[in-house]
Amino acid sequence: MALGFTEDQDQFRDSIQRFLSDQMPTTRVRQMMATDHAFDHQLWQQASAQLALTGIHIPEHLGGAGFGPVELSIALEEMGRALFCGPYLSSAVLSAYALLISADEDQQERWLSDIASGERRCSLAITESAGLWQNDDIRTTATAGNTGDSLLSGRKRFVVDGQSADLLIVAARSDDDVALYVIDGDTNGLTVTALDTMDPTRKMADIELNDVVATKLTRAPDHILDTLLNVACVALANEMIGGCQRLLDSAVDYTQLRYQFGRSIASFQAIKHRLADLLLDVELSRSAAYQAAQTLADCGDLRNLNEAERRRLTEHASLAKAAVCETYLQTSLETIQLHGGIGFTWENDTHLWFKRAKSSEVLFGTPAEHRERMMAAIQSALPSQENAA
Amino acid sequence: MSQTTTLHTEVTQWLSEHWDPNMDLLTWRSLVADSGWGAPSWPSEYYGKNMSPLEASIVEQAFADYGAVGAAQSGVRMLAAVTLLAHGSHEQKQKYLRGILTGEDQWCQLFSEPGSGSDLAGATTRADLRGDEWIINGQKVWNTSAHHAQYGLLLARTDWDEPKHQGLSYFVINMEQPGVEVRQLAQMNGHASFNEVFMTDAVVSRDDLVGEAGGGWKCAMTTLANERRSFDRARDVGARKGRQGKIFRDLEEEFAIANEPYTWYPQRAGRVDLILQRAMETGAINDPAQRQDIARLHIMAETAKWTGERAKAAAKAGKPQGPEGSLGKLAASNVARLAARVHTAICGNDALLTGPNSPMDGVIAEILVSTPAISIAGGTDEIQKNIIAERVMGLPKEPRVDDGPFRDVRRNTGGPTTKA
Repeated sequence: MALGFTEDQDQFRDSIQRFLSDQMPTTRVRQMMATDHAFDHQLWQQASAQLALTGIHIPEHLGGAGFGPVELSIALEEMGRALFCGPYLSSAVLSAYALLISADEDQQERWLSDIASGERRCSLAITESAGLWQNDDIRTTATAGNTGDSLLSGRKRFVVDGQSADLLIVAARSDDDVALYVIDGDTNGLTVTALDTMDPTRKMADIELNDVVATKLTRAPDHILDTLLNVACVALANEMIGGCQRLLDSAVDYTQLRYQFGRSIASFQAIKHRLADLLLDVELSRSAAYQAAQTLADCGDLRNLNEAERRRLTEHASLAKAAVCETYLQTSLETIQLHGGIGFTWENDTHLWFKRAKSSEVLFGTPAEHRERMMAAIQSALPSQENAA
Repeated sequence: MSQTTTLHTEVTQWLSEHWDPNMDLLTWRSLVADSGWGAPSWPSEYYGKNMSPLEASIVEQAFADYGAVGAAQSGVRMLAAVTLLAHGSHEQKQKYLRGILTGEDQWCQLFSEPGSGSDLAGATTRADLRGDEWIINGQKVWNTSAHHAQYGLLLARTDWDEPKHQGLSYFVINMEQPGVEVRQLAQMNGHASFNEVFMTDAVVSRDDLVGEAGGGWKCAMTTLANERRSFDRARDVGARKGRQGKIFRDLEEEFAIANEPYTWYPQRAGRVDLILQRAMETGAINDPAQRQDIARLHIMAETAKWTGERAKAAAKAGKPQGPEGSLGKLAASNVARLAARVHTAICGNDALLTGPNSPMDGVIAEILVSTPAISIAGGTDEIQKNIIAERVMGLPKEPRVDDGPFRDVRRNTGGPTTKA
C-alpha cells in the first residue's frame, strides 16, 4: 500500500525496535563511538544472523530475505532512531545495491551472499572531491592489468566505514568509461586512513590507490552512479527520519519534566508552538522519506530504468534527502535549545544525534545541491521547457 | 453485493417514474424530500429512511448515475440539519428539516463575535427570557451567506453566573425580522464573503431554543464537528454543470450564489499549481536562487499532500489516527505563505500591480492579498498549534484564568468593530 504499512511490516519494525533497545542503548553507542571502527563483531552477527537485517532486500537465491526498499527503509529508520553503530548503510545497503545493479551472476554469487550473511563487510568508494556522484568528477583511473584484472590508481575521500571494510567497491574511469571495481581490503597498494569525523558514530576513511588489482563489475548501466546516489538518498532519508523522531520524543519528554516558575515548561505556549512546528516538520519529512522508499520500490529493474522511472526516482530521492536533512538538523538544534544548558553538555545524549544530523546534512550532497537536482528532474518532464530556456 | 444492487435498482426505478429535468428545482426537491430519498440516513419520521451511511452512499450514487439532482446540500444547511437531528425537539425537526432539503430556506451560522474569536465560548451576545420569548442583543461576525439566509444558528449567553461554557444556549433565529441587521464585511482582498450581524431586541420564540438552556456549547460542537464535511459536499454540486433542462439552470443559479463567497479560496491557498508555469513564462526558472525557493515550495506542498495520503491510508487500514491526521491545516498555512512569497519573487515588479492588467488577469495579485486569511480562518495557526501540542503530543494545558462565573471573567469590553 502506498504510504502505509502492512501488519507484517509493523511487526518487522517492532522486532527491530526490541532488538535495538536491548542491544543499542546510548551507553553502548557511547562505548562504540569511542573506538576506531565503531564495529562490534558479536552485535553485527546478531543483526545479520538472528534478524537477517543485512540481507533484507537481497534475493533469496543469494542468501537474502527477498524483501524490498520499503522493508529496508524500516530497518534504516529504526537504526537511525537508535544510532546503530556498524557498517549497515555502507555494506548492506550501498554496496549490496551496487552489486545488485552492476555485477554479473558469478560476481553476485561471489560477493553478494557474503554481504547478505554479514560475513564480509564492503564499502562503496565513489566521492573524490565534489559532493554529488557524477561521472565527470571521477579521476581515479583504471588500466588493464596482466591477468584480465584492472589496476586502479587515485584517491577516494569520505568512504563510509572504509577502515573496517573487507571489500571495497570503487568507481574509476578508463578513458570515458566510468565503471565500478571490486577490491579486496588487503590488496597491495591500498592505503586506508581513518578520518577524524565530527560525528563519531559514522566512521569514514580516505583511501589511496596505487596500481591496486581490482575486478570490474561487468554489468553496470551507464547511469550507475546516478542510480546509486538515488539509493543512497532514499536510504539516508529513512535513516534520518528515525533520528528526527528520537530527538522530538526526547524534547517532548524533557519539557514536560522540567519545572520552572512553578509549572512544567511544556505548558508554556512558547514551548508548545515550537514543538508543534517540529512535529509538522518531522511528519512532512517522514512522508518524503516513505514516498521515496515507495518510489524506489515501484521501479522495475534498477539496471534498466526507463526515462520516466529515472526522472521520478531522482525527483523523489533528492526531495527526500533535501527535506529530511534540513528537518533533522533543525530538530536537533531545537532539541538542544529546549533542553537549555543541560543540552549543551557531553553527558546529555542530544549531541550524539545533533552530530549525526550535521554529518547527514552534507553526506551524499548538500540540501541545496539536491533541491537543484530535483528541479532539474522536474524540468526535464516539462513539455515547453525548451521554449522557455 | 446483491443488497447493494437491489437498493440501486429501487432508487433507479423511483427516478425513472419521477425525474423530469424540465421541472423547476423546488418542485423536484419537494418530491425528493417527501420520498425519503433526499436524506436516506435520516429517521423515517423526518424525511429519511433510517438507512446506514453505506446505504445512503448507494442512494447518492444511484442519483449520480441517473444524472438526477438530489436534495439541497450547499452552505450551512447541512450543519443545521445535523445539529437539529442530534439536539432538536420533535417540533423543530418537523418545522425546519424539509425546507433544508428542498432548498427553500437558507441558513447561516451566528457563532463568532468581535470579542470572541479563538475563544468562542466567551460569547457575550445575550438572550434574555421575557414571557414566551427570548430577547437577543449583541453582534456576530464572519457570518457567511447571512445576507440571504432565512434562519440563523445562534449561540448566545443565557446565564452570566455559570462558568463560560455552561452559560451558553443554542437557538434558531429568524433572520427576517426588524431586530436583525446584516451588513456585508469588506475584506482586504476586495471581496465581501462574510457579514456582520447586529441583533437589537431581536426575538426568538421559546420553541426555538435547541436542546436545553445552558446546553448550547454541546450543540455548537456538533455543528463545528461537521463543518468540514459540509464544505466538501458544496463542491460536488458543480460537477453536474452543463446538463440540459430548467432544473439544471435553476441549479446553476443556486450554485453561483452559494459559491460566490468562495471564488477566492483557491487563491487563499497559494495556487502552487501555477508556480512552474509562471516561472517558465518569466524566466525565473533559470535563476539559481529562484529555483531554490521554488524547490522549497514544491517540497513543502508535495510532502503536505503525501502526509494527507498517509492519514487516509491509515484510516482505511483501520489504524488509530496518528499525528499526520491533525497537521493538514497548519501545513496548508505554511504552504500558502511560502507560495505567496515565491509568486512575488517570480513576478518581480509586476507584483506591484493589481486588476486585469496585472499577471494572469489579476489572479496572482489576488493570491498575494488573500493568503493572509488561511492562517486565521477556521481556527488560527496558534490555536492549531495548541491543539496539536495538547491533544497529539499530550503536553499540559496552560493554567486557566477564565473559570468561575462568567460575569467575573476579564474580557473585551467593546471589542473591535467596524460599526461607525
